[in-house]
Amino acid sequence: MVTFEEISPADFFYRNRDIAGFTSPSRAIFSSIRELVENSLDAADVASSPPQIYIRLSQEDAEETGLETGVYTLRIGDNGSGVPARHIPSAFGQVLFGSKYKLKQTRGTFGLGGTMAILYGQITTHKPVKVKSSTGTSKTYEYKLTIDIQRNRPIILDRKIHRNKKQWRGTIVEFSLEGDYFRAMPKILEYLKQTALVTPYANITFVDPRGRLYVFTRATTKMPPPPKETLPHPYGVDVETIQRLVCVTKFRNMLDFMHKHFHRVSENRARSFLEFAGISERKDPRKLKPHEIVKLVRMMKKFNGFFPPDASCLSPLGEELLKTGILKELKPEFIAVSQRNPATYSGHPFIVETAIAYGGEIPKKDDILVYRFANRIPLLYDEASDVSVRVIKSMNWRRYKVTPDMPIAILVHLCSTKVPYKTVGKEFIADRPEVKGEILNGIREVARQLQRFLTKKEYVQKEKRRLTIFSKYLPKIARFSTDLAGKEKEPNIEVLLGSVKKFEGEED
Amino acid sequence: MKEKKIESLAKEKRREVLKNLRGLGARLYNQMDNGVFPWIKMPSRSIENIFYSPELRQYILGDKTVQRSARNIRHIRPFTQVVWAGYFASELARNRKTSTLRDVYYSAQAYEIPFKDQPESNSIITDLETVTGFSREDFNVFPEERSAIFGDLTIEYTVPGYEGKQLDLMSHPDGVMIGPALTSSEFVKTKADKVIAIEKGGLFTRFIEERVHKKFNALLILTAGQAPRATRHFIHRLNKELKLPVFIFTDGDPWGMHIAMVIISGSANAAHLRELTTPDAKWSGVWATDIVDYKLPSDALTEVDIKRLHELERDPRYKGELWQREIKKFLSIKKKAEQEAFSRYGLTYIVDEYLPAKLKETN
Repeated sequence: MVTFEEISPADFFYRNRDIAGFTSPSRAIFSSIRELVENSLDAADVASSPPQIYIRLSQEDAEETGLETGVYTLRIGDNGSGVPARHIPSAFGQVLFGSKYKLKQTRGTFGLGGTMAILYGQITTHKPVKVKSSTGTSKTYEYKLTIDIQRNRPIILDRKIHRNKKQWRGTIVEFSLEGDYFRAMPKILEYLKQTALVTPYANITFVDPRGRLYVFTRATTKMPPPPKETLPHPYGVDVETIQRLVCVTKFRNMLDFMHKHFHRVSENRARSFLEFAGISERKDPRKLKPHEIVKLVRMMKKFNGFFPPDASCLSPLGEELLKTGILKELKPEFIAVSQRNPATYSGHPFIVETAIAYGGEIPKKDDILVYRFANRIPLLYDEASDVSVRVIKSMNWRRYKVTPDMPIAILVHLCSTKVPYKTVGKEFIADRPEVKGEILNGIREVARQLQRFLTKKEYVQKEKRRLTIFSKYLPKIARFSTDLAGKEKEPNIEVLLGSVKKFEGEED
Repeated sequence: MKEKKIESLAKEKRREVLKNLRGLGARLYNQMDNGVFPWIKMPSRSIENIFYSPELRQYILGDKTVQRSARNIRHIRPFTQVVWAGYFASELARNRKTSTLRDVYYSAQAYEIPFKDQPESNSIITDLETVTGFSREDFNVFPEERSAIFGDLTIEYTVPGYEGKQLDLMSHPDGVMIGPALTSSEFVKTKADKVIAIEKGGLFTRFIEERVHKKFNALLILTAGQAPRATRHFIHRLNKELKLPVFIFTDGDPWGMHIAMVIISGSANAAHLRELTTPDAKWSGVWATDIVDYKLPSDALTEVDIKRLHELERDPRYKGELWQREIKKFLSIKKKAEQEAFSRYGLTYIVDEYLPAKLKETN
């Protein structure tokens, strides 16, 4: 006999923790740090203050266990906006609760990440999470919580209120989890480095279980303009979205419904669309029947009169900050950055930013080093499947004077309200033609600049070699000729040497 | 007794060499002094510019010239090396020292213009020969190979420490090495009336033992395979200065033929030089016809031998009737014989029978 039962979101993720990036003890520790760091960075963005993030990972069962996995305490503190006291239990003790359901670009995904880490910690160690937060008011709040997995509800074990004399603002989360730091270490350090690269206005401090201190210092306090919230674009909505809107809308005719609920739909646009769709302007949206909703969505995708979505809801890093970040972390000899104009795929606006860097601290490998970012999150896994890597591999690099032994790094940053990830693991981006085209053009643009740099570098080196050769041999010719001719004084060859100097004042 | 006192050619040559090198230095010096990148013009030694001159009976260079300029990044290194080689040669001449091609290769390293390898160093010396018109022996640079001479010739050394000292070239039964000292010596007197050049050491020794020099009144020269340039120049001098006819005996194969030919008409590699050839010298054997006439023990020609014969057949130096006849004969009998083959008739047969017959035939 088959039994049906309803399960809570927390229960669902408890049973399917693999899809959220908690597949193994090493991956779990990496994902926990990553989710909480991203929450902290988002919180700082909201507060419009340059992030200051402190991460401490310490091993609890310090004595030799003989096992590869151990129990760790993870503590992450930030100077972000802070969580209002009444939201703290839900924000940290309830899966799928979060501030990220409106349409704007944020790092975190579904309000899932941070809580998922806490949930993972709870199921592996049976210990509560401690959260301390203040929004900068006269009080700070400290909670001790566990998650009631079956009911997806926070259970408050303890709650303290302190006076906040210094008007501290931010959030500190501390919990225990099982993990394998030493296996995860390379990825964690790479993640922090790349985060520092793409967030050059952040200070990030990490103390690892061995007591080693890693400090990533900000190179600027300038932050990119915060993204604006937007309405959904008609090309990007589905039947479910319309269904929900119909239930909550306060508008009583279709003209207002289209005009007020959707992005870049003017009254005129709404009118011509409704005519196109054969739907009366005066129809009450609440009376739309299911088949009419399906038809509405289909017509929305068919109608080609809508303006493309604008990108004000996106928050690209900008060429200047991109440059700052790369210079800070890679110290390259040459750098070129490019921000493409906003574009859309399936009604979702996106912006591609690309950069190419040469030399400096970029290691010489047999291949180009690729840094991939989506909404300012470093993507570290499944590189080979990523659209950027495919685009880079498909290009004829010799055209740009690039040889495989050169120390070259390419950075691709995709910002979108909906990043077209290919899998739930959210580690690589799918081959959407629109996205692929923008990435290709962006890389070409910076590659051309690199080509100019390499051409010039080659020329200068050639000229330097030339001059070296002339300075080596001409004096000898002068010396031997003087001796052969039986003269005393050597001829002045400075004029000749001067005439082969084609370049002046080049830096060494 | 025939006695000849020859004018001091060696001293004269040394003065000329030094004068020429001084001129080269002064030209380059003035170019630089006038703010011009120094340059040298010289005859091209490329294949297209090498011609056979029927009048001179040797290879010569045509009118094509090449200009090497220190302005050219690809030329400046070899240019410097040529100037250095000139400097090195003048040092040798001034100090009256001799040197070898190997020496030249190593000496350059002291001046931080090392040669990549021996061929590069040799080619620079050839450049200097082309620029100045003197051979490297004139610059006292000798190759390593040595050959020998034996016979009634008295020479007077000009090398330091031996000036004025005379030597009778019969004084050593192994012969006297044709080295730098002998090459630069002056001829004092001789009673010989011919020169016999022999390819192989064994036969050279046999000839001395059998007193060929006395019986035939000849100077005997061992070429030891392909004659070194110093030896070719020495033979040239014996022919020119002492008016001695020259007879050459080699193995009876295309390679032996060519040893004789290089003594007679020189090589394409030395087209830029004179005084290395002896156009009136005679190849006296072993001919292909000798193999037949004397019924010599022989070996079959190899494919390489035959290919070489076909090359020689087309070579302008081999236009003469004798050469063409012998080449055709070799190709028809498809056989070759070494000089030692005469031993089948006893050790002295070659001296008693063959040699007088051939000298008579080719004189």
